[in-house]
Amino acid sequence: MSAEKELRVRPIRDGTVIDRILAGQAMNVLKILGIKGAYSDVVTMAMNVPSKELGQKDIVKIENRELEEKELDKISLISPGATINIIRDFEVADKYQVELPEMVEGMVKCINPNCISNTKEPVISKFEVKKDPVQLRCIYCENIIMENIAEHLL
Amino acid sequence: MRFERRHIISMKDFTRDEMDYILDRATKLEPLARGGRSDLLAGKILALLFYEPSTRTRMSFETAMLRLGGGVLNLGSKEATSIVKGETLADMIRVVSTYSDAIVQRHPSEGSALMAAEFSSVPIINGGDGAGHHPTQTLLDLYTIRKESHLDNLDIAIVGDLKYGRTVHSLTYALSLYGANITLVSPPQLKMPDQIKADLKARGARVRETENLEEILDSIDVLYMTRIQKERFPDPTEYKKMAGAYKITIEHLENVRDSMIIMHPLPRVYEIDSSVDTSSHARYFEQSFYGVPIRMALLTIVMGVEV
Repeated sequence: MSAEKELRVRPIRDGTVIDRILAGQAMNVLKILGIKGAYSDVVTMAMNVPSKELGQKDIVKIENRELEEKELDKISLISPGATINIIRDFEVADKYQVELPEMVEGMVKCINPNCISNTKEPVISKFEVKKDPVQLRCIYCENIIMENIAEHLL
Repeated sequence: MRFERRHIISMKDFTRDEMDYILDRATKLEPLARGGRSDLLAGKILALLFYEPSTRTRMSFETAMLRLGGGVLNLGSKEATSIVKGETLADMIRVVSTYSDAIVQRHPSEGSALMAAEFSSVPIINGGDGAGHHPTQTLLDLYTIRKESHLDNLDIAIVGDLKYGRTVHSLTYALSLYGANITLVSPPQLKMPDQIKADLKARGARVRETENLEEILDSIDVLYMTRIQKERFPDPTEYKKMAGAYKITIEHLENVRDSMIIMHPLPRVYEIDSSVDTSSHARYFEQSFYGVPIRMALLTIVMGVEV
């Protein structure tokens, strides 16, 4: 058991551990980070890891990379309880929970094909964000996205 | 009340006090709307950007502007403009706002009026954005109800396509601010979405639903009919059946309140039989006229002219 645990949490020198990801969302987190296939650094992904609080969770570890604000905002939309651990020289240099922004711009595509944000007009999509559960309301056409948010991320 | 240079995009931008202010202004201007001319907006220019067909909205804005002594710029047919060359709405707005003091816009995309407001240097008045908002229709509906019936303690039945109809969503929102008793009458497949009903109740409206138009006719002050589009029904037999159940004829009016009025945003198709037109309850043509004083009021307000 301990060997198994050790393998899952093998320490990294520098990078980011994204913990407490909603079970089933790890692949979407990789997509947000642009990791689709070939990638230069070590990436570890664990799915459906037993968790006392959550029942199950996913974990993603990326070596030699710290995340940008836009990436954190996108992760918060699909997994608002995720925590970010910044690792520097094997130490946890910083640890925090992702925070849902009040508004997201240019991150999500509106589900309404007739929305002005889905035309050739020079307009960036804007959504108001509501919590528990996460709901995105398009400020242009007022359509609400509640399900499969990952599918609508730009 | 601060309205000058403000955009008119959605009824949700208005408080009840602001709605009352616009209705009061329209009351003052109504005699002028019935015939006459003033120079309140002399030297001002209103641009009409209609990317979709419109009869009442476009013509009543034109009438309103002419009665107030102002001028009107019309986009004309799409073929004669740079739209055919692929010009964006954003560029069109940037340009036309330098030619005019306000712009009335109708465009097929939802959210187009809000986007236009981001690019315009003059007030944008939303004359309909796809299935989105049409605030001046709601204001003229409120004006009609206040003038021909009453807004306080109102019992109103709204009939037709309550699922997709933009007019209905805007109107029920506004009526909820007046604490109206709203009866929603529709076939099951065109019921008002639950979220909208919950919002209405949260704001103070009392809402009930029925599929049976006849059972509620004797207990209402206003009967607001709307058109149900044939396209909503994949089965033509189903459409025919439904069309019969939501049509009002003179026979239906035997037991209604004497003061009950019938409204319709027009154009009507089958929903109101022409036999109703001459009854004392019909108000849909007056309602259409009230678009003029309401639009006169809005134009003077956004252009910052006192009346």
